[in-house]
Amino acid sequence: MKKHDALSWIKDESGAHLRGWEEFYRNRYQHDKVVRSTHGVNCTGSCSWNVFVKDGIVTWEMQALDYPRISPDLPPHEPRGCQRGISFSWYLYSPLRVKYPYVRGALLDLWKQARLRHSDPVDAWTSLVEDPVKRAEWQKARGKGDFRRVQWDDAVEMIAAANIYTIKKYGPDRIAGFSPIPAMSMISYAGGARMMQLMGGVSLSFYDWYCDLPNASPETWGEQTDVAEAADWFNAKMIAVVGSNLSMTRTPDCHFAVEARHNGSRMFVFSPDFAEVAKYADEWFPVRAGQDSAWWLAVNHVLLKEFHAEKQTPFFLDYTKRYTDSPYLVELMPHNGRWRAGQMLRASRLADYATAENGEWKFLVWDARSSRPKMPMGSVGHRWGTEKGKWNLIPKDAVDGSDIEPNLTFVEAHDEVVPLEIHDFDSTTGDLVRSVPAKRIRTADGSEVLVATVYDLLMAQYGVSRGLAGDYPAGYDDADQPYTPAWAEKMTGVERTKIIAFAREWAKTAEATRGKCMVIIGAGVNHWYHANLMYRAAIHALLFCGCVGTNGGGLAHYVGQEKLAPMESWSAIAFGRDWSPAPRLQNSPSWHYVHSNQWRYEREFTAYHTVPKPNGAASLASGHTMDMQVRAVRSGWLPFYPQFDRSSLELVEDAKRAGATDEPGIVQYVVEQLRQKKLRFAVEDPDAPQNWPRVWFIWRGNALMASAKGHEFFLKHYLGTHHNSIADEVAEGSVHEVEFRKQAAEGKFDLIVDLNFRMDTSALYSDVVLPAATWYEKADLNSTDMHTFIHPLAAAVPPAWESRSDWQIFKTVAEKISEMAAKHLPDPVADIVATPLAHDSAAEIAQPDLRDWTKGECEPIPGKTMPGLRVVQRDYKNLYKQFVALGPLVPKNGLGAHGTSYDVRDEYEHLLATAPTVEVDGKKCPAIGEEVDACNAILRLATVTNGELAYRSYQRMEEKTGVPLAHLAEKNRGTRVEFKDLQARPRRLLNSPMWSGLVEEGRPYAPFTYNLECNVPWRTLTGRQHLYLDHPLYIQFGENLPCYKPKPLDLEQSDVQASGGAKGSKLLNFMTAHGKWQIHSTYADNHRMTTLSRGVEPLWLNDAEAAEIGIEDNDWVEVHNDNGVVVTRAAVSARIPKGICIQYHSPERTISIPKSPLRNNNRAGGHNSLTRIRLKPTLMAGGYGQFTYHFNYWGPTGTNRDTHVLVRKLPKLIW
Amino acid sequence: MNVRAQIATVFHLDKCLGCHTCSVACKNLWTDRKGAEYMWWNNVETKPGTGYPIAWEDQEKYKGGWEENGGELGLRSQTKTSSLLNIFHNPSLPALDDYYEPWTYDYQNLISAPKSDDQPTAKPLSMITGKYMEIKAGPNWDDDLAGSPIYAANDPNLTPEQREQLFTTERMIMFHLPRTCNHCVNPACVAACPSGALHKRGEDGIVLIDQEKCRGWRHCVAACPYKKAYYNWSTGKSEKCILCFPRLEAGEAPACYHSCPGRIRFLGVLLYDADRIHEIAAAEKPNLIAAYRSLLLDPNDPAVIAAARQNGISDGMLEAARHSPTYKFVVEWRLALPLHPEFRTIPMLFYVPPITPVVGTGNGSDEIFIDADQCRVPVQYLASLFAAGDEASVRYSLRKQQAVRRYRRAVTVGDVEAGEMLAAAGCTPEEAQAIYHLTALSAVEERFVIPPMNREATIEQAMATIEFKADSGFGVRHSPRRGA
Repeated sequence: MKKHDALSWIKDESGAHLRGWEEFYRNRYQHDKVVRSTHGVNCTGSCSWNVFVKDGIVTWEMQALDYPRISPDLPPHEPRGCQRGISFSWYLYSPLRVKYPYVRGALLDLWKQARLRHSDPVDAWTSLVEDPVKRAEWQKARGKGDFRRVQWDDAVEMIAAANIYTIKKYGPDRIAGFSPIPAMSMISYAGGARMMQLMGGVSLSFYDWYCDLPNASPETWGEQTDVAEAADWFNAKMIAVVGSNLSMTRTPDCHFAVEARHNGSRMFVFSPDFAEVAKYADEWFPVRAGQDSAWWLAVNHVLLKEFHAEKQTPFFLDYTKRYTDSPYLVELMPHNGRWRAGQMLRASRLADYATAENGEWKFLVWDARSSRPKMPMGSVGHRWGTEKGKWNLIPKDAVDGSDIEPNLTFVEAHDEVVPLEIHDFDSTTGDLVRSVPAKRIRTADGSEVLVATVYDLLMAQYGVSRGLAGDYPAGYDDADQPYTPAWAEKMTGVERTKIIAFAREWAKTAEATRGKCMVIIGAGVNHWYHANLMYRAAIHALLFCGCVGTNGGGLAHYVGQEKLAPMESWSAIAFGRDWSPAPRLQNSPSWHYVHSNQWRYEREFTAYHTVPKPNGAASLASGHTMDMQVRAVRSGWLPFYPQFDRSSLELVEDAKRAGATDEPGIVQYVVEQLRQKKLRFAVEDPDAPQNWPRVWFIWRGNALMASAKGHEFFLKHYLGTHHNSIADEVAEGSVHEVEFRKQAAEGKFDLIVDLNFRMDTSALYSDVVLPAATWYEKADLNSTDMHTFIHPLAAAVPPAWESRSDWQIFKTVAEKISEMAAKHLPDPVADIVATPLAHDSAAEIAQPDLRDWTKGECEPIPGKTMPGLRVVQRDYKNLYKQFVALGPLVPKNGLGAHGTSYDVRDEYEHLLATAPTVEVDGKKCPAIGEEVDACNAILRLATVTNGELAYRSYQRMEEKTGVPLAHLAEKNRGTRVEFKDLQARPRRLLNSPMWSGLVEEGRPYAPFTYNLECNVPWRTLTGRQHLYLDHPLYIQFGENLPCYKPKPLDLEQSDVQASGGAKGSKLLNFMTAHGKWQIHSTYADNHRMTTLSRGVEPLWLNDAEAAEIGIEDNDWVEVHNDNGVVVTRAAVSARIPKGICIQYHSPERTISIPKSPLRNNNRAGGHNSLTRIRLKPTLMAGGYGQFTYHFNYWGPTGTNRDTHVLVRKLPKLIW
Repeated sequence: MNVRAQIATVFHLDKCLGCHTCSVACKNLWTDRKGAEYMWWNNVETKPGTGYPIAWEDQEKYKGGWEENGGELGLRSQTKTSSLLNIFHNPSLPALDDYYEPWTYDYQNLISAPKSDDQPTAKPLSMITGKYMEIKAGPNWDDDLAGSPIYAANDPNLTPEQREQLFTTERMIMFHLPRTCNHCVNPACVAACPSGALHKRGEDGIVLIDQEKCRGWRHCVAACPYKKAYYNWSTGKSEKCILCFPRLEAGEAPACYHSCPGRIRFLGVLLYDADRIHEIAAAEKPNLIAAYRSLLLDPNDPAVIAAARQNGISDGMLEAARHSPTYKFVVEWRLALPLHPEFRTIPMLFYVPPITPVVGTGNGSDEIFIDADQCRVPVQYLASLFAAGDEASVRYSLRKQQAVRRYRRAVTVGDVEAGEMLAAAGCTPEEAQAIYHLTALSAVEERFVIPPMNREATIEQAMATIEFKADSGFGVRHSPRRGA
């Protein structure tokens, strides 16, 4: 045995002969260049990366460490970046890289033949697409190999021909583009969107489609989503992490929460499984999947009882009074000898305010001092009135300027105590009756109305009796009455004592810190059908304790959210608003529900959605979702494209032929055609060939797999290729407003074009695949709401092989379209564009009640009772020139977003003087054909990167609100940020009135601090945060007050009616949480990530349940339901509770997927093979305050978490 | 006193996300090549679990590390005779199956598949044989308790009782354990090498395998109880973590340190007395933690400084030692502990044990910062990992961490008093503030205090540095010849 002599092992010598070998490793580390870039799609991390180049090849990446520090009292941002981002460099030279343009053989052969016969490419395309046999040939070949490398010119020619054909034959709104989450690579998104909008095509939404839009945010705040940057988690003293797996999905941010703990904050994690983040918790609450609302409703019960009714905590009461709708008066409606809560009392109903402008949209509180109703400033009626300076939160009467001290409650000063009906949706015995105090108010017409405050209604709803009679719970242990801790224990599976203790700590912490309690929430809650109710319940706990609008407090929703910080200038470019004022922006959930025919696979929504019973004949809370969808389009609540069953270009020609000479004439013609039903909305007959979408561009996203809820229905109805669905079409007889054709259309799309750097599922199933540059090969911009810096993407190396950036690809396509248009569409043409009633416009006060012009209940008035109609010019011959030029509408109209506006004429002139220019129709415009120029134009014209414009925008807002604001931009007025500045070092964003948080040195961004500190209203009906939602649809659905609705669990309606036969299967709730080894589908196929996981995206199963059906760890399993099938391996773990299974979002069906014995030995699919969407009807409401459409902002979401599957051991492995 | 300087490190497990960014940073830089595919110089394990290579902690199986026998130390892997007998075959060497068979996919099939009646897929391909394969193991196979009945349940640190509780909601727990080479002061790998290829760099204590000298005997692989030396089947040499010395020499933290988004890693200089290595490594078991700490020298002690200078340790190195975050965590605050000190290699990587959620039974006490014994991870389990069973050392660390939280709560909210708990944890408010600052707020310069590496002086021993400057990069860049 060797003698133990530690000293002999230490080598001090360093002579060349001894140390020369060390060069082996030093050589590896040597590099030639370091370039700052980041990762450009669908991850809100927005991390600054250094990309290392050696010998002209990207070798690896490391995080940049040079973020400016917000405050020495906050942890720094370095290093931002995770296991996924750091593995990106693998993609560049991987065998998965799309290096060249490809077209599938079946189409390419036909195209070549057709081109031999037709010298004109459009004629060639016509000959193919109008031959049903040929069309089916390439459709059926989709997804089945045989890609052929082609020249760029040939691919682009075919694409351009298909576009021209579609525009001429059906109209441009049959061409759609999908790309998600622009903030991560704004220019790349903008490339396709800009081409689409200049053509008159359709841009499809993503945030709502991904089911990441939290509808409770617009419901409460009139705001899409506005959240704290992660650094502000550090300021929270009590953090509830709910359905959000911070370590998995907020990897670069998680440390702020972890470090907050080291600063004495307490953290609670709510998750049915022992999720990764749970290890950081002070306490983990294994709340049953999808039952989070029960927890928070019970917390609210305790908060209201102990800290409002009993203790009357002054901070909480002041906050609630001032910043929420709690003191507002709600009209009580008689119902069977009892009362139901109705709409808020309108100021116009009272003699004192009868003449107020927009009086139907101004609301009332009871002033304690004068004992009369008063009309506070700040409501939506003030926002859109002609009288300026009264849209603010100052507690004064809008007419006489007198102070207002609103009554929160009438419990001590009522005219009457009346029995109020409370819906108990979980009860089988029916509704409850609870007393509420009310006041009688005399209206202008001499009648009396009975009103209650929102606050008193909430007390009744939450079951806090305050000595009032009725079906109030006996105490916390009353398990039969909602929403007591005992009742919640029944629902959540967590002991009531823990709920009570949590609520008490919540209130005490909030009181001691003035609101530093935070809810970090995400997909674990937001992907359920009733997610808006769950979120609302949690939001109420924040509002009752003054926790919104302060650093360290608030609702921090993180899933799929983004923050495209320089929104104003970017959206002008992205949506072609610099050339044309009316883009076609489509909410994807509706579009896919209708066009991919998923509506045909369900019956009435009441089969799974619990609504008040009985509901009257006039109630919309019954019937089929598709009928509501049609209604929503006709009433202008939601967009829908194609608009009409006729071409929108032809329609204008028809109008002109009928004598219309100007825009009003054309619009009038269209309205009449609709009224007479000579023209129909396309949504009314989606299977008619003229109403199909025809051409689809997909870039930066995985539209056919990762985000294709109901993927197999996409394959069937969109692509016309093989699929694994066995679901029955059952809607016939349940639908009334839509044409149910016996034979559903299969193969609606003529052409699907995918831009990609990797061969993912969408690429594999597309007709044409174009090689896209990666994120280390192009210039772009990137921002997020997770922090307040803005980052560049930059080319560390030029685009590899034949790839090009998305921006350049769309530029190329636009050029080819222009070229062909010289022959086919030589002159400018007029296009009539239908748009929904828009949030942040006067259309917010369009529809005070539910009247349907198609039923003769009101007149069809564009932009008021029906969609808005605009006539715009299309100049296809100049499409390319318009694409590369920043158009004249920017200086003409100015810029703005979220209701802000500012003049940019001087800055446009500055660009003309200092940047490259291009001439269009003899007019000089700033050139934006190159990405860096587009980036610089965006930075120069946005408020967050140009301090002068921020200043101006605040000034304009001062006029509207009558409160001082411009000081918020004073300090940074001189700041201008250029692309090169961003390459040098991350730059922090400036204050802007477009965003609701304030950022200064030392202070992280927290939402709504602007509203609280500057008295700027929220963009809601009352201008306050809404606890009560008085939209008539919400009242009919019983969701005007917060409530618990059971999960749509009914097996009759679930997804396994035709799939029950397979032996040895177990029924489980199928979860597709965001995972550790992927950002959606990206990285899931990356060699690093597959190696560190299990080589497939496994199905996680509870160990005991796996044993029951004979499944061992790493066994192959077959996961199936009527919608489709997945074959993967099992990851058996005690970490997963019984009753659920998880396949982390989102596997490709390209990587290591065997065939399915249950589906004829066809290749199995991906997680979305098992899903089918169900839209929630209330979320379709429109033209009513915060219930007004905006792209990605409002509308139904693509819910998926209520999916059920059968799991069994795979009997035989077949590749 | 024979003062030596060592770059030593701390992983704060309470902060670890288990994200593996560290692993990928290392993979990208160092082991993304033929023969090294299966190597993860830095890996992250889920605990409870069996890790990579599987069950590496089980020295009954692998026979790594040192055995202490009556104050004498011997390598478990080598006896007087076995060293020679095993030179061509060592039965306790991990085989490829103990790691995993590295794989890729037939990705190209997605692009080149011919016309077919079904969708093509990319099947897994072995990176060793190039043939299609079944994936049965990986370098992180039991991540986040995957396969818990097979892997977590067989964690050798668990008692039978804990094994039962692992599967109950009330005790369910996991945490993450990142692992690299410990750059030990008493390295078994170095001792075991028949070729003298392994050595500890004098200037910084980094343990290296000389890629020229290595003959691929793999005795280092067997002897390292942490299984952090690997055999490159392509070059025929063994390789291991080099603590990114090319980066350190450029003043940058090692890649896995730099890239950690959990900000759990700290790096700094420790001084130790090399004359006491044998004595300390052979210390009696209950006192191992105290003995290890006693090896480390106070960088502010004038006697230490004088002795260090005598040993040629530079002022820059000593200055770095005085600001070393590692010294604070390990010696001053006693928060950080070595992994399996009973292997007796005296690892120079230390771990702050994690605070875990309160157990799910009962309603707990009113104390909002729970005691070590109310945490889901049993103290005994942590002590098995980090203290050779010495629970008091673990409890001390956990209690102090909680006391710091309470102190900061008192400062920022004011709804609790911290004095009593701080005193009980042996902590002053000043120390609590310093712990908080380094743990939560520290920026890269504070987390990594990298000493000047004096490359110019090292080079000068062989050639004029100015000549090196002029020649740099013109040398032949070559891989070491295949060994053995």
